[in-house]
Amino acid sequence: MSALLEVEELQVTFGGRTAAVRGASFRVEKGETHCLVGESGCGKSVTALAVMSLLARGGHRSAKRMSFAGTDLTSLSDREMARLRGNRMAMIFQEPMTSLNPAFTIGSQMAEVLTRHKGGSRAAALDRAAELMGRVGITAPGMRLGQFPHQLSGGLRQRVMIAMALMCDPELLIADEPTTALDVTVQAQILRLLATLKREFGLSILLITHDLGIVARVADHVSVMYAGEVVERATTAELFRAPQHPYTRGLLSCVPVPGRVQRDRPLGSIPGVVPAIGSGFTGCAFRSRCAHADETCAHAIPRRQAGNAHDYLCRLEPDWAELQPA
Amino acid sequence: MLRLIARRLALGVLVALTVMTLAFLLTRLSGDLAVSIAGPSATQADVEIVRKAYGLDRPLYIQFFAWTGRAMVGDFGQSYFFKDSVANLIQKRLPITLTLGLVGLSLALIISLPLGILAALRENTWIDRSVTMFTMVGQAVPSFWLALILMIVLGLQLGILPISGTGTWQHFVMPGIVLAFTAIPALTRLTRSGMIEAMASDYIRTARAKGLSRARIIFKHALRNAAIPVVSIAAVQLGFMLGGSIVIETVFALHGVGYLGWESIAKNDFPVVQAVVLVLAVFYIGLTLLADILNALLDPRLRTG
Repeated sequence: MSALLEVEELQVTFGGRTAAVRGASFRVEKGETHCLVGESGCGKSVTALAVMSLLARGGHRSAKRMSFAGTDLTSLSDREMARLRGNRMAMIFQEPMTSLNPAFTIGSQMAEVLTRHKGGSRAAALDRAAELMGRVGITAPGMRLGQFPHQLSGGLRQRVMIAMALMCDPELLIADEPTTALDVTVQAQILRLLATLKREFGLSILLITHDLGIVARVADHVSVMYAGEVVERATTAELFRAPQHPYTRGLLSCVPVPGRVQRDRPLGSIPGVVPAIGSGFTGCAFRSRCAHADETCAHAIPRRQAGNAHDYLCRLEPDWAELQPA
Repeated sequence: MLRLIARRLALGVLVALTVMTLAFLLTRLSGDLAVSIAGPSATQADVEIVRKAYGLDRPLYIQFFAWTGRAMVGDFGQSYFFKDSVANLIQKRLPITLTLGLVGLSLALIISLPLGILAALRENTWIDRSVTMFTMVGQAVPSFWLALILMIVLGLQLGILPISGTGTWQHFVMPGIVLAFTAIPALTRLTRSGMIEAMASDYIRTARAKGLSRARIIFKHALRNAAIPVVSIAAVQLGFMLGGSIVIETVFALHGVGYLGWESIAKNDFPVVQAVVLVLAVFYIGLTLLADILNALLDPRLRTG
């Protein structure tokens, strides 16, 4: 199976000093949902924006390798990159309330994606927009086309964003916390929708979330990010069955899982916050919060294999927890 | 949309009525009109004759309703000083003021919109700082001084533009530049800050994620939102330009409405003063209404108000 998106050693810095992403590597296979998971400030969103070349001013990215469907993304000009965005790779965001332009109708904002990348008439683009709105579960699409964003609810706006992302039938959809700003019932609907669309459109999805519940429901593969690094990669089943990195274990212990958590034991938590990492930092970024840290954690950390397509970044051997209970 | 316009129109009529009342009362506050019209050498008997002749002996409210009644149909009475009807006077002067105002505003927009956009896109570079410096200097320079400098350089030394009068379109170039300069700093800074805010917004990130061209992102998606405050301020600025260009009209000997108002205040020609105040107020109200309508066209969220 060849990867649709391959990212190796991605580095992103802001203003030349703060390292937001420090050598993140992951692959998104064709037709799969790949989750980037981690807590706030760990560099998930920045990674996605770097892939799309959408970093804010002052952001600088470099990568050993970053390819999309065989195209080397690092060598593309801004103009060539713009031809890919919205066309073959699309993105939706966390903030459905503010992500649409308040001054234009839904129809005009959707239609311009198609006319920009595929040409054709505005009328044909509006037909396509109405069709996709139907596909993402928006009732009365014809009426919605003429409405403005402020006339729509948050859930509807996110559906519009999704429909808009699908206008050019992209191969990759990057979804950055697409349900975080929505209430729980709408969240579930949007997740179901993404799963359906993935099947129907043959989409690959890079889903960014901090919510392990979402990961368990939709992901095929997971990359756990911490302080700008991918600290553990595995299939979803494997990750939940045998997490290796202490950070992953910490994250999982924070989530109540039916049948696994005793009723009288408190939920776990990880003390502290993600540290800001300056340039010249070596060793494990999690060591200041890790119960198993020792002096070797300040040196280079090996990437260990823990099975088929499962690796993690830690000094501890696989299945360390069974050998030495914490 | 229609409801919005109707509401704003009704509000405008109320404002106009208030202005009429104030204009009427303020002219009556400036002393005994009969005395000042009759002149310093008049006897008591002359003053009484004047008072009767101009109807100033009637109760105030009767004078007010007589004036407003006639003003409604465009009859502002006779000027005491110019020996002409007030309506005629204003009709002759208005084109000059309107031309000057429109030339000034057009020049101001032509200069400040590109400057503001450029500064926003090059935020915190030397280009941005130069633009900011330019607007600060522009704000600090008094318009009469700029007018004189332009007259000396363009009019006298280079001889490419006439320095006074209203004969040809060239006569409006220099006053237009000076007038534009009063509006350029505010409009430029407003465009700049609006564009910076818009370019940093989520919907511009979406527009970029859609792969739109840079020109489309800047001029369609960002400018449309940044233009809303600019339109409001431009309308107010044009109002200032129409009413407040007395200095410039005086320096360049353009006898517009502002200058007429100034003359008639000095001469206690109160029918003219009242009419000038009212005409300028109506323009101001009209411009504000126009700005509201334009803003509602630019921003659909304002249409339901």
